[in-house]
Amino acid sequence: MQNPEDLKYTKQHEWVRVEGDTAVVGITDHAQEELGDITYLELPEDGKSVKQGDELAVIESVKAASDIYAPIGGTVLEANRTLADAPETINTDPYGKGWICKLSNAASGDLEALMSAAEYTTYAEGLK
Amino acid sequence: MQFTANTDAQRAAMLEAIQVSSVDELFADIPAGLAVDRLDLPPGRSENEVFDRLHAVSRSNASLTCFLGGGFYDHFIPAAVDALAARGEFATAYTPYQPEAAQGTLQAIFEYQSAICRLTGMEVANASLYDGGTALYEAAMMAIRITGRSRILLDSGVNPIYRNMLYCYTSNLSIDFEEIDVAHGQTDRDSVRRALTDETAAVILQNPNFFGAVDDLTDVVDVAHERGCLAVVSAYPVSLGLLKPPGAMGADIVTGEGQSLGIPLSFGGPYLGFMATRLKHVRKMPGRLAGMTEDVNGKRGFVLTLQAREQHIRREKAVSNICSNESLCALRAVVYLSLLGRQGFRELALTCARKAEYAKSRLAGIDGVEVKKSAPTFNEFTLELPGDAADVVARMIDKGFAAGFPLGRYYPGMENYLLVAITERRTREEIGMYAEALESVL
Repeated sequence: MQNPEDLKYTKQHEWVRVEGDTAVVGITDHAQEELGDITYLELPEDGKSVKQGDELAVIESVKAASDIYAPIGGTVLEANRTLADAPETINTDPYGKGWICKLSNAASGDLEALMSAAEYTTYAEGLK
Repeated sequence: MQFTANTDAQRAAMLEAIQVSSVDELFADIPAGLAVDRLDLPPGRSENEVFDRLHAVSRSNASLTCFLGGGFYDHFIPAAVDALAARGEFATAYTPYQPEAAQGTLQAIFEYQSAICRLTGMEVANASLYDGGTALYEAAMMAIRITGRSRILLDSGVNPIYRNMLYCYTSNLSIDFEEIDVAHGQTDRDSVRRALTDETAAVILQNPNFFGAVDDLTDVVDVAHERGCLAVVSAYPVSLGLLKPPGAMGADIVTGEGQSLGIPLSFGGPYLGFMATRLKHVRKMPGRLAGMTEDVNGKRGFVLTLQAREQHIRREKAVSNICSNESLCALRAVVYLSLLGRQGFRELALTCARKAEYAKSRLAGIDGVEVKKSAPTFNEFTLELPGDAADVVARMIDKGFAAGFPLGRYYPGMENYLLVAITERRTREEIGMYAEALESVL
């Protein structure tokens, strides 16, 4: 799967899509592939405020449990509650229906530290 | 599972494979000041000598008729419990490391968990914890994780030994505890209501409480829930054969000491901590969890499930560092409960309660002895004596009785109070002899 060009990426394999003032956050195709079948997500409460790099959510798969870190600072506007019943959506559609939460404050300078799709693709290739 | 010792040659081969020169080298990371140079042990003795020595020690045991409880009770253990628990296949304190290869062990744990759920009226139970006190500590930590709060209200009717364990385990954590004194031997509703704040993670209660008082805690649980706080109830499992279970009172976490379910008193352990909760909290619950499922061929099978909570996967973020359990004790508990069955367990509870009522009436007839009657009791009750209860207990040992628990040990000002426990094992004759002995030592 191609890493979409319009997203920004972290070394911990999260992605961010800026939509106006809002930043949508998810995990990358590489991350879902490494985790295997995803079984559970512990989603953040609405209104939770995080700094860049803070723990945002917890993801469990049949193989592992990992933290998802906030790619940028902000306040949680909404979490993708449909994942509670269908966490496997992250496996099938990591950049679309498998989004994890939306953060406010998308104009944040935190975005500048993140990788482009090309940079992330090279980075993820290097981990294999 | 068998234990097979390694030979020196096998050790040497393993060291060579990992390119380490000695076993000591594996411990090189431990700072010198913390490492133990040698253990100050006497030289080894022959089996014969050891046997003689232990036999001599065992002769100093006093054989006392037990009226002592305080959370640990002298119940009868059917021989079948020993016979089944002694089978080699079950002889491990651990959940297996290659779990799915040990279907029998997993099934026993699963059935134990199911039994605990039925007893407590809860939805999910773990594979067991070390003892009732550890279970209560784990429940407090679980409530803190669930609520994101850090205050705990502790009813002083909760077993003082468990309370001490809670304080000990949490002494390096930032948790505020507040103890709520009982009123007339029961949970003080007004004090609980006043002490609850929006920072309170849990109210910890016990039923019957340490003084033996039976209570319906539903209203206390409701008050806790109104403030977004969890209710933790520590329960005596045998009492649940008769009493309203904590699950029906709305409790969020139920814990307790499972020793009464087929496990000998054994001078303090090994015992069995049980823990049950609501399904919605299962991922915040510590401990191992056996689950029932189907394999690819549609056959029933057992697994260890939700392991992502545990330390071998979550590492330092695990919900608890306890991934072992008290499997053998849990096995004894499920064998015991299966032998008694629903009806037998109810009869056991009823027998304990009736004998305790008989004992209360018999002891109330002694001059200077007052049976505290502010609340109904199950199998344990409080006596007020004319003098220091600890002295009375010491004198009763000479008469052949473990007379009870002197409450002054943990409750200042209650030096004259004695907690007396009755189980199905105590006969009318024993209760009569106890009463006569008590009368003679006062």
